Amino acid sequence: MAPNETPLSGTEAPSKASFWYDPKVRGVLYQIGALLTVGLLAYYLMSNTLANLERQAIATGFGFLEKQASFEIGESLISYTAADTYFKALLVGALNTLLVSFIGVVITIILGTFIGIARLSTNWLVSRMAAIYIEVFQDIPVLLQLFFWYAFFYEMLPGPRQALNPMAGVFLCNRGLIFGVPAAHPAWQYMAIAFLAGCVAVYFIRRWARRRQDQTGQILPTGRVGAALLIGLPLITWWLAGAPTAMNIPALKGFNFKGGVSVSPEFAALLLGLVLYTAAFVAEVVRAGIQSVSKGQTEAAMSIGLRPGQVLNLVILPQALRVIIPPLTSQMLNLTKNSSLAVAIGYPDFVSVAGTAINQTGQAIEGVALIMMVYLIFSLSTSAFMNWYNKKMKLVER
Amino acid sequence: MKLARIMFVAALLTVFLCAGMATAGTLEDVKAKGYISVGVNEGLFGFSKPDEKGVWKGLDVDTARAISVAVFGAPDKIKFVPLTAKTRFTALQSGEIDVLTRNATRTLGRETALGLNFVQTNYYDGQGFLIPKSLGVKSAKELDGATVCVLPGTTTELNAADYFRANGMTMKPVVIESTPELAKAFFAGRCDCLTSDASQLAGTRAVAPNPDDYIILPEIISREPLGPAVRHGDDKWYDIVDFATKALIEAEYLGITSKNVDEMLKSTDPKIQRFLGVSAGNGKALGLDEKWAYNIVKMVGNYGEVFERNVGVNTPLKIERGLNALWTDGGLMYTPPFK
Repeated sequence: MAPNETPLSGTEAPSKASFWYDPKVRGVLYQIGALLTVGLLAYYLMSNTLANLERQAIATGFGFLEKQASFEIGESLISYTAADTYFKALLVGALNTLLVSFIGVVITIILGTFIGIARLSTNWLVSRMAAIYIEVFQDIPVLLQLFFWYAFFYEMLPGPRQALNPMAGVFLCNRGLIFGVPAAHPAWQYMAIAFLAGCVAVYFIRRWARRRQDQTGQILPTGRVGAALLIGLPLITWWLAGAPTAMNIPALKGFNFKGGVSVSPEFAALLLGLVLYTAAFVAEVVRAGIQSVSKGQTEAAMSIGLRPGQVLNLVILPQALRVIIPPLTSQMLNLTKNSSLAVAIGYPDFVSVAGTAINQTGQAIEGVALIMMVYLIFSLSTSAFMNWYNKKMKLVER
Repeated sequence: MKLARIMFVAALLTVFLCAGMATAGTLEDVKAKGYISVGVNEGLFGFSKPDEKGVWKGLDVDTARAISVAVFGAPDKIKFVPLTAKTRFTALQSGEIDVLTRNATRTLGRETALGLNFVQTNYYDGQGFLIPKSLGVKSAKELDGATVCVLPGTTTELNAADYFRANGMTMKPVVIESTPELAKAFFAGRCDCLTSDASQLAGTRAVAPNPDDYIILPEIISREPLGPAVRHGDDKWYDIVDFATKALIEAEYLGITSKNVDEMLKSTDPKIQRFLGVSAGNGKALGLDEKWAYNIVKMVGNYGEVFERNVGVNTPLKIERGLNALWTDGGLMYTPPFK
């Protein structure tokens, strides 16, 4: 390892003699060697696995996806029966995972931001409460929290025949929260389209208003106009479509409620557990982000006459977000991955459904590969989106 | 650098050693490590559950003890690996356990696609429904729209779906992986009924806060022959597990119990002499000690004793022999001659 006086590349005419001692050549050779080793190891593991499966006559391949699943799934976003294929069963599981992760992430960010800000509050009580929340929920394993909330729901709430009825059309029992929804009518689809149209309109109006502000310095009331569009357009559509008011009210029939929409205790427990746990981490991320912006920035913004809301929106948040977004991304990924704990409390997420499929077909390797693939896709797309957002939020130097 | 190289070589060696180990016979592996890894239920009263002192008890556990006695001449050379319904077959396929005695149903799919072989059935069961009396349900045909608690990855999950479909009824499953957690959710009223093998339902009811509040519906909707299972491809090990299980039944058929086994050594009946190893042959054929069957009866008992002390009418489970009586008493327990 003694440093030799080898001629550096760049100095005149390095002697060609030492092919093996050329750092570049060596670098390439090491890379090839490493790649070959990894490749060989992978090949060995693969062929060994296949040979063993063959020897024990265990079925292989993804052909089972076409076969009839023959098992029921407790809750599903799409219509599913036991007569459908494994593929559809797995799709149901994947959608359930997406549902709980998506809603979970949205609520977590909102709750986490509130608690993070509350933690910085000058009000002693508010700040202490936020600190206690963060410490308690951060420090208890999330699986334990899930068991707690699930047991809380099924132990505390009465059976369907003694369901609580806090207001007309809403029932709360150990089968879940069941509430009435407007009965099916084409008007609801038109209203959704009208809402989307409103969103597009608001986007263009805001762009136009900003450009105008750049040119003339005039600030237009885009907030009020936008709100009016977002609420007004769907309302007008509803009125034009004949103002349907029929409701689909749940009623106790046989063992359970029929009609309406129900939120199962499994879903509620999983969502609550994941949100409360992850929000504690997000709160700390938000607090760190806000504290990273020096106090001088606030004072400078105030001194040029910005209102407190504008100080937060135009000066503090854009700088804080740069610090917040990267760790926030990893918290979002954590929540998505932790949703696989659903299997412990009976929510049919992807891991739970895939687990049943593995057991019925015996194809553990394919099943686990599918699980890894689905979580990889979820995680990579979340990362990709957040990276894009992060780039957008970067400090643009002018 | 040096360290990395050493670690790499060590990793390679480990891979090759593991591959080498997997090819040796299970009997040799078991003897080399000095114990049998047995997959059992993580907690099913009467079949496999640790008692208050942490000693595993139950029908499946006693079957495992019979295998341990056959191989080692002692009933406690066992490492119990508690497994959920979902992980049990993977554990056996991967070689984590040597034998599975975990109330598993023998099916065509499991014998072929899963690469397992089931030996002698040690309990003939069938699937039923456990339901609170307060619901006033008298037959499984009235269960339309019910919420059903079920374990994942079991034949029960499929049977229930099949039964409801065949009868034009709908169900809403609540699938929880751990047996005790599932029972807790059921007792708290999360589900209208719990479906599983009738023996399991009896076991679950026995640990209910108030067992008399629950009934098992009369319909038995499936056949569930439960028995130990081993991996494909090791016939010698299969024979040992199979005949250790059969020896329990054979002993009952021959009228040999843990109490009278020593007297029976003096029996002039050639069947008994062969069974107990007084006249040699069976042990050598299996690659075991000639006293293997004698030891099983002496240390574990015969099938009747095992049944009565774990699940019989004098236990909280109160299960009749029924299908599990000897064929001479109208049951299904029948073994080939031990010669």
